[in-house]
Amino acid sequence: MATPLTLKELSKKEDLLTHGHRMCSGCGAPVVVKMVLMATEHPVIAANATGCLEVSTCISEYTAWKIPWIHTAFENAAATLSGVETMYRSLKKQGKIDKDVKFIAFGGDGGTYDIGFQSLSGAMERGHDMIYVCYDNGAYMNTGIQRSSATPLGADTTTCPAGSVIPGKLRARKNLTKIMAAHNIPYAAQASPSHWMDLMKKVQKAHSYEGPKFLNIIAPCNRGWRSKTNDAIALSRMAVNTCYWPLYEIENGVTKITSTPKEKIPVVEFMKPQGRFKHLFEPGNEALLQRVQVEVDAEWEKLKNAEKCGC
Amino acid sequence: MAKVVAVTGNEACANALRQVNPDVCGIYPITPQTDMMQRYASYISDGKVKTEPILVESEHSSMSACIGASAAGGRVITATSSQGLALMWEMLHIASGDRLPIIMPVVNRALSAPLNIHGDHSDAMGCRDTGWIQIWSENAQEAYDNTIQAFRVGEHMDIRLPVMVCMDGFIISHSIERMEYLEDAEVQNFVGEFQNLYPLLDLDKPKSYGPLILTDLYHEYKRAQHEVMLKVKNVVLDVAKDFEKMSGRKYGLFETYRLEDADIALVILNSAAGTSKDVVDDFRSRGIKAGLLKPRLFRPFPYEEIAEALKNTKAVCVMDRSDSFGGYGPLFMEISSALYQLQQKPALINKIYGLGGRDYLPSHGELVFNELNEIAKSGKINIIKEYIGVRE
Repeated sequence: MATPLTLKELSKKEDLLTHGHRMCSGCGAPVVVKMVLMATEHPVIAANATGCLEVSTCISEYTAWKIPWIHTAFENAAATLSGVETMYRSLKKQGKIDKDVKFIAFGGDGGTYDIGFQSLSGAMERGHDMIYVCYDNGAYMNTGIQRSSATPLGADTTTCPAGSVIPGKLRARKNLTKIMAAHNIPYAAQASPSHWMDLMKKVQKAHSYEGPKFLNIIAPCNRGWRSKTNDAIALSRMAVNTCYWPLYEIENGVTKITSTPKEKIPVVEFMKPQGRFKHLFEPGNEALLQRVQVEVDAEWEKLKNAEKCGC
Repeated sequence: MAKVVAVTGNEACANALRQVNPDVCGIYPITPQTDMMQRYASYISDGKVKTEPILVESEHSSMSACIGASAAGGRVITATSSQGLALMWEMLHIASGDRLPIIMPVVNRALSAPLNIHGDHSDAMGCRDTGWIQIWSENAQEAYDNTIQAFRVGEHMDIRLPVMVCMDGFIISHSIERMEYLEDAEVQNFVGEFQNLYPLLDLDKPKSYGPLILTDLYHEYKRAQHEVMLKVKNVVLDVAKDFEKMSGRKYGLFETYRLEDADIALVILNSAAGTSKDVVDDFRSRGIKAGLLKPRLFRPFPYEEIAEALKNTKAVCVMDRSDSFGGYGPLFMEISSALYQLQQKPALINKIYGLGGRDYLPSHGELVFNELNEIAKSGKINIIKEYIGVRE
């Protein structure tokens, strides 16, 4: 019986990622992890790609994880966890283990969209029973804000810096959620910690399916986004309300938008509080700023059409 | 009762793995190993083993998955060659750093570029510093025997390290030889039940694998890894003793052939050692005291024991089937280090032979022994490192 998603009931649950980890103040990632684990009922084993979450939660003789946890390298959280899950199946088949165990991999966007893409695709195709959670902060934040294929159009990062000739990132984001859904996995979804109920429902729904599932969850990084340390939730809410980060799920191939903004806010409202987009508001960059809105609108329309046509 | 068979090295290794019957196996094709794992896949499909396969999308993922599976708690195998081993390189360090006793036959093959699928030792030599135990095999029988012994060595409670068992690509992996199989029950009894150590699947005692360790402890951690490696030699010898009791076949840290009173000697790994033994016999029949040393345990390297075995020779040639461009061959560097500690040491030369599957012929061995004979008499070395069997 799943825990009802009420604050009263959830507040009774133990945090499986303890306090005292060393993530930055105001980071979105541990909030995401706590929500995912809180919505997980069964015993769970987690794998972690190298990245902020990993280096800040298990340092030498300390660990913030109250569950079995494994980190091996950057590009292979999915492959590593597929090994853990396969051993579980082997031992269960042999009668050496009787519990039902769930498996969750956590990776940042660099470790998921980029270097871990092959490993993730392989694990999804092989059908391992796991949820892969990407906490997407839109750049390689652990190494100091380098561009990834999840970095938004126009953003200033340390490897696509906004300069006098090139105004930041010139490519749009890779749509990883759709790519994962194209693996014909039972469940792929996008979520945001601002919509915690929606996020946790998606985790519970993902767990209800056997096989590979993918959750892409926005996780603001105030260091990389150059925003305030108390705005992770507000910014992720704005990401949803501008349709920069639409909340939807693709369940058995059927797309459903799980939260439609009452009023679709212009994307500049999401961008303004973030220093990484500051240069776009300077004279000369109007066209790029306009392109950001055009791309957001186009993706949102595509999503609505996908929902409408039931595909 | 031993069963005499005519099989390839790959078939022999696949059969050894079937007899051990591990819990999880990473499978990915690469020439010349492919044949071994596809045989294993048939055992799985035909219900001959309990193993759960992971049909990965790369060797990097294969080793990653093997690490996950081994940390979860159980017996894990995979196999690879060449580029596959090179792709695994990052993860090899993590398997050993996490002290996970994964067993991996390596069918030795050259490395690109240029692309070459044939046998040489560049792949395994390229990962000699990854913290894996390396055991090398001359023929199918040795590859089979070493594979079985590798489980006892790697899984030993004082060791808990991954082991690669090396054999020459094509020359051994694809050639049919007469050899002996042990009974399934004998092998199972020999390797025993897998003993878990800190399994992730122990849900009541959660473990964190793979922490960040900074300047305060990393150095100590790595020294500890070296110290574990120092215990391996004795375990290898103990396991070999037990294996001899069961099979009648004797193994050590290395093999010596007519070396006891030899004036001149070759040090040579794997299949070419077999060819060279014939050359030794030929020289002996002509009254020349030739001998041979074939390393078996390459990591950890038995420096003192090998120095002891070679100390009375006058001239030694270390034969390398891989290279360190701009340096000496990797086996030469080890033998050189071993001999340096002796007061009286033989003259030492290095020949690079057989790269990319180039044939190693008895005539090559003869040339080398003739040169060693001259060096033994004159004490003079013309060239330390040379390529043999090379087209000019």
